[in-house]
Amino acid sequence: MQRPIQFWFRGRLQSVSEVSPTRTVLQWLREDVHATGSKEGCGEGDCGACTVTIGELDDKAPGGVRLRAVNSCIQFLPTLDGKALFTVEDLADKQGSTPKLHPVQQAMVDCHGSQCGFCTPGFVMSLWADYESRANSGQCPTREEINDTLSGNLCRCTGYRPIVDAAQKAWDMAPAHIDRNPIREVLETLSHLPSLDYSHNGQRFQAPHAVSELGTAIAAQPDAQILSGSTDIGLWVTKHLKQLGNIIYLGACEELRQVQVHDDVLEIGAGVTLTDAFAALVADEPDWTEQARRFASVPVRNAGTLGGNVANGSPIGDSMPGLIALGARIVLQHGARLREMALDEFYLSYQKTAREPGEFVRALKVPRAQPGRIFRSYKVSKRQDQDISAVSAAFALYTDGDGHIRDARVAFGGMAATPKRASACEAALRGQPWSEETVRKAMDALDGDYAPLSDMRASSAYRSKVARNLLWRMWLETESMRGAVQADVRLPA
Amino acid sequence: MKHEHPSPPIHKVGDDVPHESAALHVSGRATYIDDLPEPAGTLHAAFGLATVAHGRIRKLDLDDVRHAPGVVAVLTAADIPGENNCGPVLHDDPILADELVQFYNQPIFIVVARSHDAARRAARIAKVDYEVLPMIRNAAEAASAGNFVLPPVNVARGDADAALARAPHRLRGNVLLGGQEHFYLEGQIASAQLREDDTLHVHTSTQHPTEMQQVVAHMLGWRQHQVTAECRRIGGGFGGKESQSAQIACAAALAAWKLQRPVKLRLDRDDDMAITGKRHDFDIGYEAGFDDDGMILGVKFELSSRCGFSADLSGPVNDRAIFHADNCYYLDAIAVKSLRGKTNTVSNTAFRGFGGPQGMFAIEYVIDDIARTLDLDPLLVRQRNFYGTDPAGPRNLTHYGMAIEDNVAPALVAQLARDSDYEARRVAIAQFNEKSPVVKRGIALTPLKFGISFTATLFNQAGALVHVYADGTVTVSHGGTEMGQGLYTKIRQIAAHEFGLPVNDVRLTPTDTSRVPNTSATAASSGTDLNGKAVQQAAQAVRERIAAFFGPLHNVAPQDVVFADGMVTADGVSLPFGAVTAQAYRARIQLWDSGFYATPKIHYDAKTMKGRPFFYFAYGASVSEVAIDTLTGETKVLRVDVLHDVGKSINPAVDIGQIEGGFIQGMGWLTTEELWWRPDGKLMTHAPSTYKIPAASDCPPVFNVKLFDNSNVEDSIHRSKAVGEPPLMLPFSVFFAIRDAVAARTGGCPRLDAPATPEAILRALGELPALGAAA
Repeated sequence: MQRPIQFWFRGRLQSVSEVSPTRTVLQWLREDVHATGSKEGCGEGDCGACTVTIGELDDKAPGGVRLRAVNSCIQFLPTLDGKALFTVEDLADKQGSTPKLHPVQQAMVDCHGSQCGFCTPGFVMSLWADYESRANSGQCPTREEINDTLSGNLCRCTGYRPIVDAAQKAWDMAPAHIDRNPIREVLETLSHLPSLDYSHNGQRFQAPHAVSELGTAIAAQPDAQILSGSTDIGLWVTKHLKQLGNIIYLGACEELRQVQVHDDVLEIGAGVTLTDAFAALVADEPDWTEQARRFASVPVRNAGTLGGNVANGSPIGDSMPGLIALGARIVLQHGARLREMALDEFYLSYQKTAREPGEFVRALKVPRAQPGRIFRSYKVSKRQDQDISAVSAAFALYTDGDGHIRDARVAFGGMAATPKRASACEAALRGQPWSEETVRKAMDALDGDYAPLSDMRASSAYRSKVARNLLWRMWLETESMRGAVQADVRLPA
Repeated sequence: MKHEHPSPPIHKVGDDVPHESAALHVSGRATYIDDLPEPAGTLHAAFGLATVAHGRIRKLDLDDVRHAPGVVAVLTAADIPGENNCGPVLHDDPILADELVQFYNQPIFIVVARSHDAARRAARIAKVDYEVLPMIRNAAEAASAGNFVLPPVNVARGDADAALARAPHRLRGNVLLGGQEHFYLEGQIASAQLREDDTLHVHTSTQHPTEMQQVVAHMLGWRQHQVTAECRRIGGGFGGKESQSAQIACAAALAAWKLQRPVKLRLDRDDDMAITGKRHDFDIGYEAGFDDDGMILGVKFELSSRCGFSADLSGPVNDRAIFHADNCYYLDAIAVKSLRGKTNTVSNTAFRGFGGPQGMFAIEYVIDDIARTLDLDPLLVRQRNFYGTDPAGPRNLTHYGMAIEDNVAPALVAQLARDSDYEARRVAIAQFNEKSPVVKRGIALTPLKFGISFTATLFNQAGALVHVYADGTVTVSHGGTEMGQGLYTKIRQIAAHEFGLPVNDVRLTPTDTSRVPNTSATAASSGTDLNGKAVQQAAQAVRERIAAFFGPLHNVAPQDVVFADGMVTADGVSLPFGAVTAQAYRARIQLWDSGFYATPKIHYDAKTMKGRPFFYFAYGASVSEVAIDTLTGETKVLRVDVLHDVGKSINPAVDIGQIEGGFIQGMGWLTTEELWWRPDGKLMTHAPSTYKIPAASDCPPVFNVKLFDNSNVEDSIHRSKAVGEPPLMLPFSVFFAIRDAVAARTGGCPRLDAPATPEAILRALGELPALGAAA
């Protein structure tokens, strides 16, 4: 007999069966258990009205449980198995005769942080996840940090200022952190259960714990939908109304959730969240910082994985230009067999990759920083936060002692049907001195590398122009670093 | 200690009282329509949408839809027993397209199913055969084809042509001003339930319950008293739920009537953005004549708007654009031609400002051009052209014949320029730009004047009911809807003030057409002005009756009875309010009453467009400093200072919330929010993934917002001023600061279209081909 989906909810262990594997957490909350505090604003993980907080075992987190905000509208319920779910209804202290609001909630009231109130539960949950993440440090966040925390929450009424105020004011009140011990105990118990293998109306959802199990399952069902963070696949269901068939979930496999720091490469498992993957990338190569901050939003980065972004192969995926420029390699697994290839060779044509039936993305190997390598990545979009880029660019120059470019790898997103290297531009750089003249020639060469589309994000002309100018920006930045340019070469952060 | 109940503070009118639902909002306990428990047997509806922008339906095959899992019924226009219209003014707005499709994604049928999901899935599998007709995309195409939803309107004063001919300097130009999606966080929703004896109750997320009642009644061929529309709160409206909630309410009501079951229709976000109207985008042509000092001698505008396929509220929206083409400036000779283009796009509608912002943008653009042409500080040109401050003076009459009696723009702008250090910063920015080839900075100070009242005089009325129960608690009903703007909060303060009670002793009922009839839309910034006065009058009537009962008991004249701090006091005898009302009840005193308010002084001849359409004006101004990256066109707003006139504020925290929220929303309209259609007429920016409203990090790092010390010269509620719409125009300063930064590179008058996206900015910088040029 199959076991139900089990997770911590409302202070106890919750078991759920009899729901479709693609029932979203939000649908389950609102329609099945009538917990209507969490709202649906967009159904695609972009507005944050549905934000909930997920708890998972993590030795490094306070109390052994890590809490992170995610969008419940695009999370499938079975992915909660073995985790804890918190919603806005959980926060107030209900011990007494009247509920006492949590500091985050009380501060929102005191600072006039709600107007129509529809987005408010989502804001509260993002702020609460951040509040809890600071349980050990007790450090009030800066306004910049709060802006990042709230990057996945849209408010159309307030203009945000009072909400940001509230996020700080919460720290003036008596602390109110949850006791994670009972949660950890239950999650530890759940971690010893066999892997979830759940079926409903003929649709199966498997969440193997071991990578060997995973390899076998995917090889045996090459047509099954491989699911990781569901930040894109969730929309196939909620927006395209697609029937996914059988699903094999990578997120329960601990081995895939590891970042290994080797001497020459970072090996990032396919199940590592974007949050954790970017943390590792930034630690090695600080120029990832802006991409890390501007990639989607906190809740999307908390759920989505780098492996998923890469496997999906969208022409506008923001991680790939940087990874390709750095010469990352992708590790694919079929059964127990592993193979790897250069990431740029993985993308064949629009939404077509070299992944074969029965294969899954196991990991990415990203070469580490090395002397003489200069790396820059840029993202240009209408809005700074949580927007899809019009143009995304990455440049890696490998220079020798006298300033000549030994090798150059240049890759763009938004310029072609796949993330794509700029071979003519690379050729114009390779073997040349890093000089204004070289850069001008390489900019001209870019015109031959791409014929971008016009769409709602930008016109073809704009994309081509900006692609050139981003290489120029890199030149100016290197000139600025050596003191040859005094003026600002970029907008203030 | 943590569960004690301190006695509630006595909040006064003028205090920062938190939103009446704040504690509910933050704990997820505030209920919106989709949160209400569903009556047993509730079905769920979804619209089936057209896939051409203009065409005739040759064949509508709905068999697959009918047989899809969970489907209970499929309804088309033929199922509507009464009028197939949800248009508020003209009857040109079908609930369901019948044969003729007029925009891409126009609803053509309704699926009713056992679940929301089942209805949505089935709605997509219709087989429709169309005869495709030629389409008109935008205002310019409509104008050249002479295709209008309403006839063109011309308003003039003086002889603009002659003034232009005489003027020492002349300029002319064109600029595009984009539309805007409301993006209320709660999408459109209605839930309808038949009740006994041919009556129907509809929960509707609307700014206009009475109109929902009316259109539903007409749709069913019923009389008005058979339908009740109710709305406790809506998750944002911004004008998008003034008329456009009708289609949703009608569809839910039709299905409930047809199937004799409760039916809920909640639009998916993408459907909502595809089906419902937006702010009108404008194609603005201008010509101006001016002297060496930048004084405007004559100005001509052609304001051409994209109204969409039907009139909706486009008439009054475009009228308001005409009325606001002066902003704060005296225009001695002016001619405005207003074209209301009929296009094969969604029917554009009310949106915060209601055409006013578009008219004001036009004159601000002209002023900016004049200053750049003469190499003057745009602020100086603005100040020189201000209306006078003498109500009877020669420079105080608007082009529609209304004398301006409350002009505080000169004083307000002078104070803001001083407080924000405008002059010194302008110099510093020029110095910065000289040494900065890539990053350019810009600054602008823009003022606003916004007319308060519905231009259709009849809507300037409101009713209210105030119930005082025997125990001294109070319930207030009125015709306004709570959409986050704080109306209920202010109403509570107004009622509590009359009785000297803590606000917690006053509750508001959901807005309900069976309680207060013939209500106007909560729109035109008028919610508190109209409903507040009606509530005040009702509360005063009850208070006077209590005083007339209690005073004489203690040998005190009724007018000397004091209601304060929860007590009623007469000549040293002080009793709790509830004790007095209990006595009054036993003495058979009427403890409830109604109130009614009709705005005085206003009149306006719709034919000549002359008169006094507005009770008064609200003013404000802001200074913005921005930086642009000339390599990519990206921008960063560095600092904003706002000084805004709300008269005597009833609730400064709520008012500042409206000002800041309006600022950021207007900034989004003018910067990141871009509507983009595919060549076949399909709107491609139909979700937050593609349509970018401001996020938290877009809020300026320095954002100083202050209220201007003022009192309404008119007898408004507690001498306050309306605050809903005017702040939307404050961020003109962001747009013109961007243009200032662009001009720092280009010189002259670079054409910058709105929204000033990175691409629009790069184009203004001359780095991309001009619009319309061959790619």
